[in-house]
Amino acid sequence: MTLHAITVLGHDRPGIIAETTRRLAELGLNLEDSTMTLLRGHFAMTLICAGTASDAEIRDALVPLTADGTLTVTVREVPEEHVDATDATPWVLTVHGGDRPGIVSSVVNEVAAVGGNITDLTTRLAGELYLLVAEIDLPSGVDVAGVEAAIRSAAANVGVVATMHPAETDEL
Amino acid sequence: MSSWTEDELGVPGRVLPVVRAPDAVLSTAGAEVDPCAAETVQLAADLVATMRVSPGCVGLAAPQVGVGVRVFCVDVAEHPKSRTHHGTFVLCNAEVVEASRNEKAREGCMSVPDLTGDVKRATRVLVRGALPGTGETVTIATDAFEARALQHEIDHCAGLLFVDRAAGAHAIYARKTYL
Repeated sequence: MTLHAITVLGHDRPGIIAETTRRLAELGLNLEDSTMTLLRGHFAMTLICAGTASDAEIRDALVPLTADGTLTVTVREVPEEHVDATDATPWVLTVHGGDRPGIVSSVVNEVAAVGGNITDLTTRLAGELYLLVAEIDLPSGVDVAGVEAAIRSAAANVGVVATMHPAETDEL
Repeated sequence: MSSWTEDELGVPGRVLPVVRAPDAVLSTAGAEVDPCAAETVQLAADLVATMRVSPGCVGLAAPQVGVGVRVFCVDVAEHPKSRTHHGTFVLCNAEVVEASRNEKAREGCMSVPDLTGDVKRATRVLVRGALPGTGETVTIATDAFEARALQHEIDHCAGLLFVDRAAGAHAIYARKTYL
């Protein structure tokens, strides 16, 4: 049993997911984690699948998807990753303001500087408005107020505002 | 209500194993119960006992211990997000009769231990149900965290998990920290 990372990118149309998953199912592959969204109208999907097919067999099976030249497919075997439980604290970071180059890099640089890890990220450009929402894990013991101040400062330097709040889970 | 304790049930509770998704009992609507039946009273005591020994647990529904009926317990008295609360209680055949002021919050559940998810729920509710043992019908008006807990448990009794109410395709997360 091997794991394969598959990406499908390109022009959106109805039926891409249906066709992709049908062809993967025919190879006996099990879809594990996946995510799909539209990025400025472009179809963007990443799948992690498990099965006995090789990269080449998966590529061959998905070739028909690319026939009209509007979609690209990549397939690559990946190792099993073990995500250990962590004592890091989860936060949601929101940044928004007028669009300009360098907003994301300025802000996330402050997260990386303290060993913080981004576990989910969405950015959107809507007219002049640029928006970033990220889930970040900050290592336990880190000065959260200090990190937030550094992020706010970095954001201000590129003319946007940043806010951070705990990604609390209500245990029920 | 606030003065109710599990002692009123008159039977000792047993700690039961908590079942996890994808166990079918969690996605099957629970049956109505006779709140005065001995088996309902025993189940009520068992739910409270199991809740008490489960770290961070503020509520437990019968399907979570493998019993497909409409009974649950809650106790949010010690939770920092609680405003109004009614201490420990068990309700049978409960239903939400009024709900207003929705808010989104991230939920976790012992029966779906590896995921959390954003769920929109009413922050003010009126819930009606029957007390185990006496069968007395009670109506509970509550808010904030107790309101969320009640809706989460009533959903369990209807065969619904928080993932069934996810706020969107990107509103489910891998759990990072465990209690």
